[in-house]
Amino acid sequence: MSNLQFLWFILIGVLFSGFFFLEGFDFGVGMSIKTLAQTRSERDAVIHTIGPHWDANEVWLITAGGAMFASFPMWYASLFSGFYLILLLILVALIMRGVSFEFRSRMESERGRNFWEWAAALGSFFAAFLFGMLFTAMVKGMPINAHGDISAHFTDYVNLFSLVGGVAVTLLCYLHGLNFVRLKTTGALRERALKWAKPLYWLLFAGEVLFAILLFFSTDFFDKKPISTLIIVVALVLLTVLATWGVYSNHEWLSFISSGLSLIDVVILLFNGLFPRVMVANNAANSILIKNASNSPYTLHLMTIIALTTLPIMLIYFIWSYWVFYKRVAS
Amino acid sequence: MSILSLARFQFAMTTVFHFFFVPLSIGLALVVAIMETLYVIKKDQLYKHMAQFWGRIFLLSFAVGVVTGIIQEFQFGMNWSEYSRFMGDIFGAPLAIEALVAFFMESTFIGLWMFGWDRFSAGIHCAFIWLTSIGTMISAMWILAANSFMQNPVGFMINAKTGRAQMTSFAAVIKNPQLWYELPHVLFGAFVTGSFVVAGMAAFGLLKKRNPEFFRKSLKVSLIIGLLATIGVVGMGDVQTRYIIKEQPMKFAATEGLYKDSGSPAAWAIVSGIDTKNHKTNWSIEMPYVLDILSYHKLSGNVKGQNAINKELHAKYDKKFGKNMNYYVPTKTLFWSFRVMAISGGLFALIAIIGLFFNRAGSDLIMRQRWFLWVLGICTFLPFAANTAGWFITELGRYPWVVYGLLTIADAVSPNVSVASLLISNIVYFCLFSGLGIVMIVLSKRVLHYGPDDLLQAKDDAPYDPYGKGAFDHE
Repeated sequence: MSNLQFLWFILIGVLFSGFFFLEGFDFGVGMSIKTLAQTRSERDAVIHTIGPHWDANEVWLITAGGAMFASFPMWYASLFSGFYLILLLILVALIMRGVSFEFRSRMESERGRNFWEWAAALGSFFAAFLFGMLFTAMVKGMPINAHGDISAHFTDYVNLFSLVGGVAVTLLCYLHGLNFVRLKTTGALRERALKWAKPLYWLLFAGEVLFAILLFFSTDFFDKKPISTLIIVVALVLLTVLATWGVYSNHEWLSFISSGLSLIDVVILLFNGLFPRVMVANNAANSILIKNASNSPYTLHLMTIIALTTLPIMLIYFIWSYWVFYKRVAS
Repeated sequence: MSILSLARFQFAMTTVFHFFFVPLSIGLALVVAIMETLYVIKKDQLYKHMAQFWGRIFLLSFAVGVVTGIIQEFQFGMNWSEYSRFMGDIFGAPLAIEALVAFFMESTFIGLWMFGWDRFSAGIHCAFIWLTSIGTMISAMWILAANSFMQNPVGFMINAKTGRAQMTSFAAVIKNPQLWYELPHVLFGAFVTGSFVVAGMAAFGLLKKRNPEFFRKSLKVSLIIGLLATIGVVGMGDVQTRYIIKEQPMKFAATEGLYKDSGSPAAWAIVSGIDTKNHKTNWSIEMPYVLDILSYHKLSGNVKGQNAINKELHAKYDKKFGKNMNYYVPTKTLFWSFRVMAISGGLFALIAIIGLFFNRAGSDLIMRQRWFLWVLGICTFLPFAANTAGWFITELGRYPWVVYGLLTIADAVSPNVSVASLLISNIVYFCLFSGLGIVMIVLSKRVLHYGPDDLLQAKDDAPYDPYGKGAFDHE
């Protein structure tokens, strides 16, 4: 494995981390439209908290996908063709959710608005859930042939471990969204988000313990990298403790940052466990390795230069746009 | 039904639908940016209201463009995994750069533009729509760089050990002449689309006789942009045609329905009866010399037919791809697509000139020529047909290759995806796109139906909320 290959494996992880941190609260806010918000003006306010941002947040996913194609096409080809129907459902969820905000604002009737609110809420829910399922199933291991093609059965995609993974990611996103709503709104909405977060955090603890147990039995993470895996799992629990403390002591920033970091921690957990593979095969000999999956050194070198020059510039205006809309949204 | 035909159908369907909204968004971004610039320069509120009103259509189009774009990126891996493996070294780079450079720029600044009306000075706010607009154009550049490699592979080698295409020169990939012929044509086509959609919708607005000043001004701005863009798109189309004769003669011969060589001087067939089975043209109505003018800007010269080119291609590729390859491209589709494009180009120019004349200051001719407003209104839809026709020529004319001379379409498809999966995804996309298409049309009509009244009647310092209750709330 070359340094560049290693760097790009990390960079893909960074891009997915950015995606889950940012789109994580977008998904949570999306689900809140039909759960947390109870009146028309509250729903307006909830949507406004992510109005200027959700599109740019989703670009992190598109960039992660593009970067995967540009650095590890064998990974991209195997993953995307192998998880065909899950990705199809994710696309439907992202599409319905993506158009919902704009379409809702042009509706004349309560029924029309209601439809697109459900599209946003369910789209957010399924996108979060299915991404959780996809990545859990991916690290559990898939029937992959020597060519790198997956030919799997229903239970390879949908099993106890992947379902728990899906629920855990959904819950993490939902709480991250509630924490974002606490930061960005005022009044009843802000208080209700706080009130709802309290019991849900206890549910999350239970989910994390269950996930850790299943991780132990379903993957080779604890066999191959016991120490690092344990540290990351403990970090996940500690971050959740911090977020919970932020909820009970009403420190909004603390809960938001902690819930975001716990999503990143999950990405780190997966990537740490994957390493030095990019795809885990049931038959270990067919696992796709970083060293075999990548593009030529020329392309990796080129992409490194481009990514390292454009990312900082992008981050400047990206962060600036959040600063511009720092103000809370009243309902 | 085979995996291959279903995957090809899906690519055609998703790309065509996505490319309704791509040129519309690129074009509308430019039109809106120009309107807002006029506001900044002339300080006339009417231009600001124009930018906000047409911005509503732009935002609708942008939303659908974004979500259908994600399908495109995922599709290469989902349906065309062998293509992704073969081409990843070259194709992935422009795709990733497009996201890093263009998508972040578009999406961030469109957010600032949408929600920033009350937070920034007019000049800075106007810069946001320009940055969005430039972002959409940069995006077009990178995706066309990727497409151009598939049409005309340059700056690569085939790795003998892996059999994959490998980039040897990024500069060559970017300098690909195909890209620099294709990009301006596509961009001008997008500007035509954006401006004629505004012009057409403004014409519908004028038919209702509400806010005539607003719609006449909109018409003027859009038709000026539309006329210039039409000249650009026709001019660049001409340049591109002469390039294609040299680089992809099969594609060109098919757009002219030529099986036998034309001989010199070459006549241009306006319509032909094409027999694709027996590779011959039964009859045609021709204009003498015009094909030579089109091809070489001369009055003489032979244009090679598909039969001769087919033999050449067999001689060139049989060693690598075998004798059973079919190099004839879908001739009827290409032939008629070219005519749709050419006729649209002529119509756009004519209509823009007439429209600007009818709409000239001090004359109310435009209000009285209702037939012309109807013609303009119908023109809202014509650019989409022309854009699609153009891509039919570009993409189908590449048959049987996905990457010209390197990889056949049949070898590019995912081997492990089942017919059932592809059938399901085709049905899902079809339903989704039909739904989205209908909603888009209904909502665009609705935006037009309510008109700019809420903007025109609002106080100058009233806050502007893009998701606001405004015109669409009747409770």
